[in-house]
Amino acid sequence: MILLTKDEAYTLMKKVLAYSKADECEVNLSGTNSSNVRYARNAVSTSGTVSQYQLVVSSAFGKKSGIATINEFDDASLEKVVRRSEELAQLAPENPEYVSILGPQTYAEPVTYVQATAAITPKMRADAVAQSLQVAKDSKAVAAGFLEDNNGFSAMMNSKGLFAYNTSTNTNFSVTVRTEDSKGSGYATRGYNDVTRLNTKSATQIAAEKAVKSATAKAIEPGKYTVILEPAAAAVLLENIFFNMDARQADEGRSFLSKAGGTTRLGEKLVDERVTIYSDPLNPDLPTSTWNGDGRPQEKITWIEKGVIKNLTYSRYWAEKKGVKAIPGPDAAIMEGGTKTLEELIAGTKKGVLVTRLWYIRTVDPQSLLLTGLTRDGTFYIENGKIQYPIKNFRFNESPVIMLNNLEELGKVERTVSVESNVNYLLPPMKIRDFTFSSLSDAV
Amino acid sequence: MKRRDFIHLTGMGAGAMMMPFSSFANSVDPARFLDQLLDVQQKKALADAALNTAKSLGATYTDVRIGRYLNQFVTTREKKVQNIINTESFGVGVRVIVNGTWGFAASNNVTTDGLKKATERAVAIAKANSKFQKEPVKLAATPSYGEVSWKTPIVKNGFEVPVKEKVDLLLNANAKAMEKGANFVNSIIFLVNEQKYFASSEGSYIDQDVHRTWPNFNVNAVDRASGQFKSRPAFSAPVGMGYEYLDGKAEDKIQGPGGITLYNKSYDIVEDAAMAAEQVKQMIAAKSVEPGKYDLVLEPSHLWLTIHESVGHPTELDRVLGYEANYAGTSFLTLDKWQTKKFNFGSKQVNIVADKTQVGSLGAVGYDDEGVKCKKWDLIKDGILVNYQAIRDQVNIIGQKESHGCCYSQGWSDVQFQRMANVSLQPGKEQLTPQQMIAGVEKGIYIVKDGSFSIDQQRYNFQFGGVLFFEIKNGKIEGMLKDVAYQANTQDFWNSCVQVCDERDYRMNGAFNDGKGQPSQSNAVSHGSATARFNGVNVINTGRTI
Repeated sequence: MILLTKDEAYTLMKKVLAYSKADECEVNLSGTNSSNVRYARNAVSTSGTVSQYQLVVSSAFGKKSGIATINEFDDASLEKVVRRSEELAQLAPENPEYVSILGPQTYAEPVTYVQATAAITPKMRADAVAQSLQVAKDSKAVAAGFLEDNNGFSAMMNSKGLFAYNTSTNTNFSVTVRTEDSKGSGYATRGYNDVTRLNTKSATQIAAEKAVKSATAKAIEPGKYTVILEPAAAAVLLENIFFNMDARQADEGRSFLSKAGGTTRLGEKLVDERVTIYSDPLNPDLPTSTWNGDGRPQEKITWIEKGVIKNLTYSRYWAEKKGVKAIPGPDAAIMEGGTKTLEELIAGTKKGVLVTRLWYIRTVDPQSLLLTGLTRDGTFYIENGKIQYPIKNFRFNESPVIMLNNLEELGKVERTVSVESNVNYLLPPMKIRDFTFSSLSDAV
Repeated sequence: MKRRDFIHLTGMGAGAMMMPFSSFANSVDPARFLDQLLDVQQKKALADAALNTAKSLGATYTDVRIGRYLNQFVTTREKKVQNIINTESFGVGVRVIVNGTWGFAASNNVTTDGLKKATERAVAIAKANSKFQKEPVKLAATPSYGEVSWKTPIVKNGFEVPVKEKVDLLLNANAKAMEKGANFVNSIIFLVNEQKYFASSEGSYIDQDVHRTWPNFNVNAVDRASGQFKSRPAFSAPVGMGYEYLDGKAEDKIQGPGGITLYNKSYDIVEDAAMAAEQVKQMIAAKSVEPGKYDLVLEPSHLWLTIHESVGHPTELDRVLGYEANYAGTSFLTLDKWQTKKFNFGSKQVNIVADKTQVGSLGAVGYDDEGVKCKKWDLIKDGILVNYQAIRDQVNIIGQKESHGCCYSQGWSDVQFQRMANVSLQPGKEQLTPQQMIAGVEKGIYIVKDGSFSIDQQRYNFQFGGVLFFEIKNGKIEGMLKDVAYQANTQDFWNSCVQVCDERDYRMNGAFNDGKGQPSQSNAVSHGSATARFNGVNVINTGRTI
C-alpha cells in the first residue's frame, strides 16, 4: 500500500511551502516500506520490515542555503522544519555554486509501480524462501540468500511552482548455493519491479547447478583469455563507466574521459562500434523515475552510440557555466545486444573462459579505469564450443574501456543486478578477447 | 550508504571518501547536539517497561538499546564550503529470545508505549521465525553489571567546537595545498557521537558515550599536457578521540624514510595538505615500476588495510560458519585448521591480537552491544591461528564459555551482530626502526598509505595498491615509483613477514565504514602495527593507456 497518494503529498507539501519566508524553498517528500528475509546454512537467520518517511526542506536566501529534515507531519513539526532550514541557511556561508531552483517541468508518466509487488505478504516472502531452500536440500547443497522488496513514493514541490510525484516498487533476490563439501559454489540474482516475474525456485536451481558443476575445479595458467561474461559479470565492470560520466570531472582533467592537451573524449569514438548504451526511464523491462532529485526530467539519453561518447552528465551549476543542457545522471543503463543466447555464444567459441560472476571490484587507476576483482561461483573452460570443465578462480586486472575495444560478440539482452551497487541493468552476455587474468585464487 | 550516494552528496568524485549515515538520521541545528534528551534514570524506566513486557509475553532473554546517534560533516572544496550537514537519529531497538529464536524490532517512538509496541513486534517476529529454527539459540553467560557507564576518553568534544572553526581549518588546509601547486583539493571533517543505553533482562544497565573523529582530504594534481592525474589523500587516521586529534602536536610528528612526515596521536592537517601538494606532483612524475618480486616495507598507514582484509575478516566466526556466504563471503580459516592448533598462518614474527579496549581506537567501548565487558585476546600467536572473533550465541560452537565482546549495531534500528574488533599486528620485540629495516633491503619498495584493495570471498588472494611508493636499492631509498600493486596469497604473505619494527613505531589507522550483513551495516574499526617487512612479494605494473 502506498504511504501517501499524489493528492495527499500535494496537500502536505503546499502546507509546508506556505510556512516559508525564504527567497526560495523546495520540499522533497518520500516514504518507503521495505521488507526482507535473510537465510544461511539452509535456515532463515533474520527478517525485518521497516516503514520510513522523510520530508526534506531546502531554503535559500540569495546564495546561502540550508537543509532540514523531519519525519513527523503535524502542523507544528512542519513549521519547525521550515524555520530550521531557514536558520541554517542564514548561518551558512555563501555558496558561489548555488543555482536557483527550477520552475514547473513536464514529466512523462512513470511505469515504475506494480500493485502485485506492493501487495506482497509475509507468507509470500516465506513461501518464496521456502522454495529456494527446498531446491538446496534436494540438491544436497547449502543455500544462503536474501530476498527484499520495497514500495514507496517520492514527491517534490518548490516555491517556483514545480511539482513531481512518483510511485515505485522493486524486488531483489540473490542466492549462493554451495556443495556440502564446499568444493563447489553457484550464485544467481534477480531484480524486478513486478514480483510476479520473480521465480526463486528456478533462480536457485541455476545456482545449485553451477555449484555442482563448479566442484573439483582445475587450475589453468593466468594470462590473456577470450572470455564470455554473463550479464551479472559484465554489470559490475560496465557500471564503472556509467558512474564516471560526469562532465565536470572530465573538463577538470581528472576522469578517464579527460584527454592529453586539456580536452575531453566527448564526441570521440572510445570503444567498439557495436557498443551502444542508453538510458530510458520508460523501458517496460527496466522502468525508472521520470525525474531526478533536483526536479530535472529524466529522458531517454544515449550515452555511447556506435562506440562514440555522445553525452556526459552535468550538475545544473556546471551546465550553466558551460552553456549546455543539464542532463542528470540516469538511474539505470541499457546496452544494445545481439540475437544469440549464452549457449550459442559458447557454441561459437574455440577456446575461452565462461565467467558467471565477478566479485570485489575496485578501481586500481581512475585514469585508465583499470579495475581489479575476481571470478567466483562458477568459472568454466570452453573448448571447441563446449564447456569442458570447471576452473579455479582468477584475479583479473582489466579496464572496461579496453574490454569494449576487444569485443567479439554480443548476446541477447537480459535484466541483471549489480552485486556491487544493487543497481539494475539491461545487458547482453558478451564475448571479449584478451581479457587479463593476473593470478589464481584458491577461493570457492 | 552506497558509494554512489556519497559521491553525489559531496561531489568528491574519484578517490572519494565514504561515510556511513545512521538510518532515520534527521538534519538538526548543531546547538541541539549539546542537549540531553533523556537522563539515565528516564532511560532505565523506559527500558524496564520493555523488559517487563517481553517477560510477560514469554521471552527468555531481552535486551533494549536506546540510541542517539549524532553526525556532523563539514565538506569544502578549494575556497568553497560545499556542505555542512548535522544529523541526529534517535530511537530504540528491542531484541528478544522466544522459543529459542531471536526476534528484533525498532521504533523511533521512544515512549513507554512505543517501547511496549516494539517489544510486542519483536516477540511476534521471534515466534514466527521459530518455525524455521533448527537449533535453539545458546547464549554464553555474562555477568550482570548493574548500572554502569563508559565514555571515550576525549579531551575536546568536537560537537562543541564551532562550525566556523572547522570551516576555517579546512579552508586553510585547502589554501596551503593550492599555494603549493595543487590543482584541486577536497577536504572534510567528520564527527560521530553514539550515545548508547543498553539494558538486559540479566540486570545490566549500561550507559555509553562514544566519540569518533575523522579529518581527511584529497589533494589532486593534473598534468593537462600529458593528461595524467593523481590524488594524494590525507595521512590522518579516523580515530576514537575528540577534536584534540587536530591539535597537531610536535611530539606526534614522525620524520619517516624518504623525507616524509607521518602522524601518530594527533594530526596537523595544514602541514600535511602542503606536503600532499608537493608529493602529488612527484607521484605523476615518478618512474613506472618494473614488475617482479620485491621485498616490501609496509608503513602502518598502509599495512592496516592489509591486516583488516586478510586477518580481520577471515577470523570472524560468522564468516567461517557460512552466515555471510551470500554477501561478505566465507573464510579459508575453517574450524579444522584451528582445531589442529598448528595452522601456520604466518611466520614467528606474526602476533595478532583483537582488542575492543585500545585507547584512541575506533572500536573501543566499555561494553559491546549485547552487554559484554570488552577485552583483548589473541588471534594469531607466534604465527599460529589460536582463536576467532565470536559473540554470545557463537562461542559455544568453538567450545568456549565467554563471549569475546565484539557485538555491534550501526544504529538503534539495526539488529546487533558479530563485528570486527580492532585487529592489530604486535610490534617486534627487538629494537628496530624503519630506517634500519630499509638499510637491510637490497631490492624493495617502501609503501605509505592505503590505496586500491581487493580480496576474494574466502580471503586467500589479495591485491593492494598504495599512495606513495619509494624504490629501495641496496639499502637506500632511490626515488618514487608509480603503477605499483602487490598480489599475494594470505598465508604465503604472512609467512614472508621477516621483521616488524619495535613499539616506538606502532601506530593505528582504520576504517569508518566496514560493511557486512544484509541489509548492510557499517562498523568502525582500527588496526595498529609497526612498519613491517615482507620478502619476495609479487609486484605488478598497473599502468594502462586507453
